Amino acid sequence: MFKKILIANRGEIACRVIKTARRMGIATVAVYSDADARAPFVTMADEAVHIGPSPAAESYLVADKIIAACKQTGAEAVHPGYGFLSERTSFAEALAAEGIAFIGPPVGAIAAMGDKIESKKLAMEAGVNTVPGSDGEVETTADALMWANRIGYPVMMKASAGGGGKGMRLAYSDKDVEEGFEATQREGLNSFGDKRVFLEKFILNPRHIEIQILGDQHGNILYLNERECSIQRRHQKVVEEAPSPFVTPKMRQAMGEQCVALARAVGYYSAGTVELIVSGADPSGESFYFLEMNTRLQVEHPVTEAITGIDLVEQMIRVAAGEKLAMTQDDIGIDGWAIENRVYAEDPYRGFLPSTGRLVRYLPPVPGSFETAQALPSPPQDERRGAISAHPEENPKPQAEGSSRRTGLSVAELRGGPGHIRVDDGVAEGGEVSMFYDPMIAKLITWGATRDVAADLQVQALDAFRIEGLGHNVDFLSAIMQHRRFRSGELTTGFIAEEYPEGFHGAPASGELLRALAAVGGVIATADADRARRIDQQLAGEMYAPGDWTVRIGSTDYAVALEEDAITVDGEPVELDMEYTPGEPMVDVEVGPSAGSGQAQALTLQLQPTRTGYAITTRGATHQLRILPTRIAHLADHMIEKIPPDLSKMLICPMPGLLVKLHVAEGEEVQPGQPLATVEAMKMENILRAEKQAVVAKINAAEGESLAVDAVILELE
Amino acid sequence: MSANIAEMERRRDAAQLGGGQKRIDAQHAKGKLTARERLDVLLDEGSFEELDTYVEHDCVDFGMEDQKVTGDGVVTGSGTINGRLVFVFSQDFTVFGGSLSKRHAEKICKVMDMALKVGAPVIGLNDSGGARIQEGVASLGGYAEVFQRNVLASGVVPQISLIMGPCAGGAVYSPAMTDFIFMVKDSSYMFVTGPEVVKTVTNEEVTQEELGGAVTHTTKTSVADIAFENDIEALLATRNFFDYLPLSNREAVPERPTSDPWDREEASLDTLIPDNANQPYDMHEVIRKVLDEGDFFEIQPAHAGNILCGFGRVEGRTVGVVANQPMVLAGVLDINSSKKAARFVRFCDAFEIPILTFVDVPGFLPGTAQELGGIIKHGAKLLFAYAEATVPKITVITRKAYGGAYDVMASKHLRGDLNYAWPTAEIAVMGAKGAVEIIFRQDRNDPGKIAEKTKEYEDRFANPFVAAQRGYIDEVIYPHSTRRRIALGLRKLRGKVLENPWKKHDNIPL
Repeated sequence: MFKKILIANRGEIACRVIKTARRMGIATVAVYSDADARAPFVTMADEAVHIGPSPAAESYLVADKIIAACKQTGAEAVHPGYGFLSERTSFAEALAAEGIAFIGPPVGAIAAMGDKIESKKLAMEAGVNTVPGSDGEVETTADALMWANRIGYPVMMKASAGGGGKGMRLAYSDKDVEEGFEATQREGLNSFGDKRVFLEKFILNPRHIEIQILGDQHGNILYLNERECSIQRRHQKVVEEAPSPFVTPKMRQAMGEQCVALARAVGYYSAGTVELIVSGADPSGESFYFLEMNTRLQVEHPVTEAITGIDLVEQMIRVAAGEKLAMTQDDIGIDGWAIENRVYAEDPYRGFLPSTGRLVRYLPPVPGSFETAQALPSPPQDERRGAISAHPEENPKPQAEGSSRRTGLSVAELRGGPGHIRVDDGVAEGGEVSMFYDPMIAKLITWGATRDVAADLQVQALDAFRIEGLGHNVDFLSAIMQHRRFRSGELTTGFIAEEYPEGFHGAPASGELLRALAAVGGVIATADADRARRIDQQLAGEMYAPGDWTVRIGSTDYAVALEEDAITVDGEPVELDMEYTPGEPMVDVEVGPSAGSGQAQALTLQLQPTRTGYAITTRGATHQLRILPTRIAHLADHMIEKIPPDLSKMLICPMPGLLVKLHVAEGEEVQPGQPLATVEAMKMENILRAEKQAVVAKINAAEGESLAVDAVILELE
Repeated sequence: MSANIAEMERRRDAAQLGGGQKRIDAQHAKGKLTARERLDVLLDEGSFEELDTYVEHDCVDFGMEDQKVTGDGVVTGSGTINGRLVFVFSQDFTVFGGSLSKRHAEKICKVMDMALKVGAPVIGLNDSGGARIQEGVASLGGYAEVFQRNVLASGVVPQISLIMGPCAGGAVYSPAMTDFIFMVKDSSYMFVTGPEVVKTVTNEEVTQEELGGAVTHTTKTSVADIAFENDIEALLATRNFFDYLPLSNREAVPERPTSDPWDREEASLDTLIPDNANQPYDMHEVIRKVLDEGDFFEIQPAHAGNILCGFGRVEGRTVGVVANQPMVLAGVLDINSSKKAARFVRFCDAFEIPILTFVDVPGFLPGTAQELGGIIKHGAKLLFAYAEATVPKITVITRKAYGGAYDVMASKHLRGDLNYAWPTAEIAVMGAKGAVEIIFRQDRNDPGKIAEKTKEYEDRFANPFVAAQRGYIDEVIYPHSTRRRIALGLRKLRGKVLENPWKKHDNIPL
């Protein structure tokens, strides 16, 4: 077994690998760029080597620097994580040339699967289903009809050069082909100057389901069940789960065996994933087709770990060290259900705009990678290896080289401990989500006996995920977890586009939830008022906080009354169990008939005080609560609702300064939050952003120009 | 007996109605509350005790003898906010447009005299068309009587003005002399002469809102401190604000319980200062993470954003916070920021509120606009205010403290009690590049040498230790320990005794 490995990656995956390595008694080396100098993974690793400037092309993607770092530190193997160099054959070859082990598949397999056409060909040869289609160009309508009938309807007639919805025509019957084939050819010719058309089976209700493969260097290859990742936004996975609600045992076996056959065909070992597209419209489960194979650890590997109890990172390290898999296909089961949500630094309320910046507050629902790793025992230093520990029961026992007794994370840990909530992250409060890398903040993984239990846990954990300082998608994820269609398991890759065609504006709240929030508002307001009344220098004796509140949420008023031992909303009792201390930003509440017993609905609320109440965030939305003592609430009715004036039509220079950069051109469409111009004042660069979606009508200033305060830099329409 | 009581009740009921239901409805239609409704929102339930309910004017000209309204356009008295005594007057626009008569002024003067005598703050709710023209000079005299009391009360009891309607002509000078002015957007305005007179005299066309609206005064002129959306917001915020203020200069700052631990550590502050010295960061984060419960009541948030002023609490006790804001103009000191902070520091000093100063200042803003605008005199105000202040002063330098601005920002030399620096602090005459370009002027065409010397200067001076070696910095502290250090410092400074030499008053460069 290796004594020391280097992780050629950053962020959460670097933390993830370090955790397992540490548990296995393997020392770790991190490599980091300028931007990551203060990142948790750097602190977590036993050693860290600086490898250059922030852009990945000058640091994480430079194989020579990684290899130099290995030599400098004596690392015997490299775990590449995902992305960056993980699927570059040249990197794996360079490592091999230096005698450094690559914790991943053989070079040949990476190469074979790296090419889309080549990999599809190999898949077909290995007996894996591929999307049926015409073998190349179809020239006449007659040929098209022949192919269409062979493939089976519906079929897509696609112009070879087509794309973006142009030059594509769907046919459900012979009639559609007869009518549309030539038109497709013409469209291709007119739009792209290429009249070649081919036919492909159109996958109805497409679902993205993938099979996790694990193999060793001794020819053993297993499949560790499937993951479903249908919930995607612009081809970026958002929610992943294992198992898939669509897959039956029979289908699982068929998919698994085909994928193992493919892996075997390319001599695969280590962890890998075969991505399949599955037609949700075919209940037989036979319509699954090869898309591609990823020859690395996937972002979403934790859900597989949670249901199988297998630490994939540990297995990859063992396989790379030449060990045989200690399990057979029969050992692979499915225990429970796991769901992973990707918490991204992007703002769903502003068109999912990336939102980089400082994590002013970052408190995951359970300790993230960094904290849990700190709790793990340190790996023994080389010179201490084998030394007798003062607290033998707290430290891993000294073990022989290559011993199979050394293990990675426990099943319980893979499932997030007793609460079944696991956070894989690579950031800490006060850290930065930088523009240089992927904007993922954390992965939230929950495990439960059933899918609903896991999803409910997600909702609860997301409620308690506190992130301040930048926009994030926690509300959006919570909305998906609560969505009826998600719960039904009727997923397709179009889920987000179909369910949120107008964008995201917060998860809908039930009347019951709003009543509960109103009641909570009354409790909080009373507690705050009570505390305020405990100020010193008072004129008279004890004062009592009001107990009657009028809470307005949206345009609905709720009459909340706090009585001796009951809380009523509009006269109806609401059972609440909560402990709140004024000033707390987060409060746990139990609502319902059995509140306080631990059986009722549990809510975590994030509180933000406003001028006239609180903004409360829970269950995927923020609710503005205006909370007034009932005795004065009627006076608020006289206040005039104000429509904010439209100041967003012009970009005004907020200070005298130098216009260093214009990020947009005239006629360009801009999204809210998009940078428009950068103004430097007192040597500080200030980025001015669009407040709403608009088109740049006119630019009034040029780069390099000195601007006065209130100068109009550009006009929007 | 019962007849007498009935008569009192009849008169009281009449007083409740002010200028009558029709005018009350008109007031409501404008989104404004009546004088009494405002007091209902401002004060603790049932605490208002009215004085001079039955006062009427004594004017006999222009038919005024037939038009008398009980109370004469202003409701005065006292009440409590969270149990603490406050004197109030609330002008009633429904009675003669809230115009100020001699008797109206006398009512205001009576509560002010009381407040001054017993040591309790005065809150004035202003909603008045101006002088009672029918009374002529008697009304003007009334204004001056109020002004005189504003001045006498200044520095003795806190005075807060809420502008909740028109406030024009001479009337503006009473609020102008109080400590804080809050305005209501769209329904309040303040100017010495209105748009019509402006048009006649200077031919300028301007709206009321542009000339003296809440936005104008809280962004451009700084006449007012905060603009609120409506009456309710303004009044509720005033209640919160009141809880920070001592009752008078004879009383200590108020204290209220908090569960925020005094020694709370904020590890994230250790990474707040960016590696790149030219990159800004938000000083609000430091302030919120240091104060109790992250609660910061900012004064003049929309004006001179390069300096932040406001109140917070540490261990439940009020502190005043002044901080350079790197996000705006790099936190530079200029005319507006100096004036804003100087007045705030003087308020804190007058009322024994300890001052926390967070420093990241690159210097004074250069330029003709500043020099010709009198930055020398205005900058001197802040210097003067800090230097004369005898309250506990704790200063934390987070990053830059350059040049004269270093001296100004509550430095050790201006009797700072505890002057801390983060390890990222740089206390120097100027930035390294500028310094080297002056010291090594002969080498200015040799970029290699300049770079070398800049590095040398940075290594020598871009740290807190040069100043700490001289004792100008009491201790270099971990950023994460800032709250603990401040809380402990404030405890230790509670017994501070420091007096300036006797004088009639000082001569601050106004």
